[in-house]
Amino acid sequence: MSWLAPGGDRRTLWLRRALLPPYAWLLVFFLAPFLIILKISLADPLVALPPFTPLLDWAASGWQRIHATIDNYLFLFQDRYYGVIYLNSIKMAAISTVLCLLIGYPMAYFIARQPPGRRNVLLLAVILPFWISFLLRVYAWIGLLNTKGVINNLLLKSGLIEQPLVLIYNDFAVYLGIVYSYLPFMILPLYAILERMDRDLEEAAADLGARRWQVFRDVTLPLSVPGIVGGSLLVFIPAIGEFIIPALLGGSDTLMIGRALWDEFFINRDWPVASAVSVVLLLILVLPMMWFQKTQAGRAERRLV
Amino acid sequence: MRQRHTLLLSVVAFGYAFLYVPIISVMVYSFNDSRLVTLWGGFSLRWYRSLLQDEAILSSAWLSLQIAFVAATLATVMGTLVGLGLNRLGRFRGRTLLTGMITAPLVMPEIITGISLLFLFISLGEWIGWPASRGATTITIAHVTFSMAYVAVVVRSRLSGMDQALEEAAMDLGGRPLRVFFDITVPAIAPAMVSGWLLAFTLSLDDVVIASFVSGPGATTLPMLIFSKVRLGVTPDINALATVIILLVSVIVLVAAMLNRRQAAAE
Repeated sequence: MSWLAPGGDRRTLWLRRALLPPYAWLLVFFLAPFLIILKISLADPLVALPPFTPLLDWAASGWQRIHATIDNYLFLFQDRYYGVIYLNSIKMAAISTVLCLLIGYPMAYFIARQPPGRRNVLLLAVILPFWISFLLRVYAWIGLLNTKGVINNLLLKSGLIEQPLVLIYNDFAVYLGIVYSYLPFMILPLYAILERMDRDLEEAAADLGARRWQVFRDVTLPLSVPGIVGGSLLVFIPAIGEFIIPALLGGSDTLMIGRALWDEFFINRDWPVASAVSVVLLLILVLPMMWFQKTQAGRAERRLV
Repeated sequence: MRQRHTLLLSVVAFGYAFLYVPIISVMVYSFNDSRLVTLWGGFSLRWYRSLLQDEAILSSAWLSLQIAFVAATLATVMGTLVGLGLNRLGRFRGRTLLTGMITAPLVMPEIITGISLLFLFISLGEWIGWPASRGATTITIAHVTFSMAYVAVVVRSRLSGMDQALEEAAMDLGGRPLRVFFDITVPAIAPAMVSGWLLAFTLSLDDVVIASFVSGPGATTLPMLIFSKVRLGVTPDINALATVIILLVSVIVLVAAMLNRRQAAAE
């Protein structure tokens, strides 16, 4: 059954035709770019370095001049730098996800157990920061964390410390930034599950003599696993490739792949290597992305609006 | 038991404080007279005045608003069609691919979207002569591409909770499909389309990474300008700009939430 075929009733026919423009759009502007990036990742660096003009010549004179090479990938594997960065990005994203879960779960649980009126207000208070510019919210931390920033000033004045603490331009600030920025993405899927949960099960367990922590451990927690998975993926996947947070809050020794990719592209201007870095990053993300698609985590987005 | 409750409450209080302290701090310091951002030098509106005189900020803000408006509108039209198609057409060839292409942008690292679209634009420019140069148009195309995914999600979730009987009745009575669509389906999913449009608009106004890749000389969006400024540290006029944006967004979100609730109550 194809949507190009003229079969079907009147209603689906027009919808099938109407679906063509967005379908074509996605093929050209979403799928095709990945095929190109794959192709360039296999290109000889000599052809595409420096990036602009030779790449243009190269595209103009046809693709046949390119002999595919896997040198860019070999380079990634031989160069310890990239291995370390990939692993470190995964590590930082994973730790941030766990921290989001530790703060987000109690918040989602608390909100879900409130009377409806208060619940909506509390939920709105979680959603509101999401709508405020991501960039500006990350920027806000610079003023708080600076050596001469708000936090250091308060601590110095109160006499708790004598020397300002180094709170920014290090990994600590990056963790803080990621947890802060992605916390709503953890809370919303958790809330969606906890709110729908059948409270009778918890009451039954309590009536049968389970203590509160036992009810939580044996009933509430297992039932909320889909929310935990959905929220964690919504934090973990984008956090791995995060660029703005390490760029604004991280130090020069903060190793994250988004930033390395940016530098490879804009500073080293080695486009074939940058492409290979992107392809490997995509391969790392394919499994969690497919998992995300399978879970109904996408529904969490609905809660935002 | 009591102890457990206290622990829960303190984590929740900490969470909300965590979410709001940075936002409030920026707003407070935007009224600071001192150029030293962290020392309080008295109340002043000087950063708001300097903001109003900053040609670069004003023109990039205007560019961003235009891009966001066009991108959100196109994304809403196409995202709605995709949401409708996936919801109403059962199985069709290419459905899996479409589902993949409309879900993947939700979690795709922006930096990859940016690089791959730039390569596409360069290749297209060489093959068919379009786009000849990169700028507002290429940024708009990029924004439409990722934000239509969000619109589709919102519209789909609205459609899945909707009764189709009215549409079917109208069709049975001989209504032309397009007429039925505009008279019955569109009003029913209008709230989702508005939400989707606002979401697309916000995402476009907020994008730094993708725009940095697909933009060309002469087209600097507001987030690109902010990013280049704040990379060097805190600047007081950005505090003022942030405060304006935060207040605007908060008012819009609160009004939207109130309207939503009123409508939900009416239903």
